[in-house]
Amino acid sequence: MFAYIVRRILATIPVMVVVALFVFSLLHLSPGDPAAIIAGDTATADDIARIRQTLGLDQPLYIQFATWVWALLHGDLGISIFTNLPVSKLIAQRIEPTITLTISTLIASVLVAIPMGVLAAWKAGSWIDRMVMVFAVLGFSVPVFVLAYLLIYVFAISTDLLPVQGFVTIGSGFWPFLSHIVMPTLALGMVFTALIARMTRASMLDVLAQDYIRTAQAKGLGNDKVLIGHALKNAAVPIATIIGIGIASLISGVVVTETVFAIPGLGRLTVDAILRRDYPIIQGIILVFSAAYVLVNLLVDLSYTFLDPRIRY
Amino acid sequence: MTVVPTDLVILAAPSARKRGTWAYMRRHPTIVIGAALLGLMALMAIFAPYLGTVDPQALSPIRRLRWPSAQYWFGTDMLGRDVYSRTLYGARISLTVGISVALLASGIGLVTGLVTGFSRWTDAVVMRIMDGLMSIPAILIAIALMALTRASLENVIFAITVADVPRVTRLVRGVVLTLRELPFVEAAHASGTGFVRILWRHILPNTLPPLLVQGTFVAASAMIVEAILSFLGAGTPPNIPSWGNIMAEGRSLFQVAYYIVLIPGAFLSITVLAINLLGDGLRDALDPRLARRM
Repeated sequence: MFAYIVRRILATIPVMVVVALFVFSLLHLSPGDPAAIIAGDTATADDIARIRQTLGLDQPLYIQFATWVWALLHGDLGISIFTNLPVSKLIAQRIEPTITLTISTLIASVLVAIPMGVLAAWKAGSWIDRMVMVFAVLGFSVPVFVLAYLLIYVFAISTDLLPVQGFVTIGSGFWPFLSHIVMPTLALGMVFTALIARMTRASMLDVLAQDYIRTAQAKGLGNDKVLIGHALKNAAVPIATIIGIGIASLISGVVVTETVFAIPGLGRLTVDAILRRDYPIIQGIILVFSAAYVLVNLLVDLSYTFLDPRIRY
Repeated sequence: MTVVPTDLVILAAPSARKRGTWAYMRRHPTIVIGAALLGLMALMAIFAPYLGTVDPQALSPIRRLRWPSAQYWFGTDMLGRDVYSRTLYGARISLTVGISVALLASGIGLVTGLVTGFSRWTDAVVMRIMDGLMSIPAILIAIALMALTRASLENVIFAITVADVPRVTRLVRGVVLTLRELPFVEAAHASGTGFVRILWRHILPNTLPPLLVQGTFVAASAMIVEAILSFLGAGTPPNIPSWGNIMAEGRSLFQVAYYIVLIPGAFLSITVLAINLLGDGLRDALDPRLARRM
């Protein structure tokens, strides 16, 4: 098992190298002079020269890459062109709302989706099952920002139940925090919930058809014990996998959700960076999000050994 | 855009007899519903100029922010442009992006998938690259590419395609790796069938059904990503009325004129729903083994 863990951790290195190469090469693959692109249409030759020098674009490529990676490994993500502040600092300032929203969505989605999927599989073919499947298809189809505006319309404009937008840290009181986080969580969690519910149902259906489930029922175990103790436990690995993969949809969605609800997180930072063509920020954000995604999936992979002791790689 | 209806005809064809087709449709109602909705959207997009629309870019400062009424079915926006006309023309953009990305990503993914499935050396290299690319959320890849290039419809299509190719590649490669080991391929190989012929007659046809299903999901997600990119200001140029652009422009006015955001949003959701229903139905129809589960 130890060897598996080590091998799995080492396997993330080539992935991150490719991510780093992609992020680095973006600027150089683009048509035209990167410095001129960053400087924008109204820049003078001096501006362009200044940017070229700040970014080290006048050096050979491999040296640029080596310098850049070396800095990365020291937590240096470069300097924002627009604000002249270190990107790592800008990201650190904005990361809290994003993490809060992602975690609240993750928890809420898993808590809703798994019972839904279990119920749908248990009552396969019934109206409950159909409702869950309809929900899943709708969940995939309504884009996160459309749902977000629909929620704002229902809960903030026509009924005034919840604040329209903004973010309050959990430290400033639980209720204000909750009232601000409910709508973003619902909007962001829809796709994720649909994804997990669907996979839970599929995985449970497979397991429920096994002989040991019939044995468990035959020896008189209650439905709850069969479903949770026997079936869900054995259906857990694909569910964990889809939660890990689904994190990508959360990351994509968080950028949009933060824009709609005016949450000052990484998503807002990204959008501001796009508008200003602040390339080092975009690069930094891609790296941070991708690293988070790789890390979550590493943890999911490692969790297999606990979820299913039969797995020995 | 006309590709959609023709595709459907071909798909419905396998059960050649008329009664067979009808029974088949009844067993897979989602295909019918999805295809009908999508066909409706496609017709709307194609015949947008003849459906009582005006120039979607025509400004009319004295008719700003009119609520939906008999004269302006979907109201007007803050520049007095007719939201009904803009929404109908917006369907053209969304469908163009969805179909183009699905075709491009499937085409490129098919080739890379076949190559990596057969050549061990390229497999190691290409799949490491694909693994890396897949760990960057698709929207961020598209955002990064769009931030670098000039905003244009072609660049939006290109950016979304780049983000989608790894998934298609992985799918095709998986199918090829499975097929390679199957007895009928071995038999073909043993009886002296050439590599190209095996590829063309045995491998390729079997990759098409899953590719087709995947293609519908790529189209659906491409439409969402296009709308998100435009909504964030990194997508289709603002002078093109795409659904994402209409929503982005209505964003600051949402509390006074929510119809500007919600109407194109509803059209986008319905179109994506139609494609998803179609995709689900196709998967059920083409892979009966999976149908029971998902």
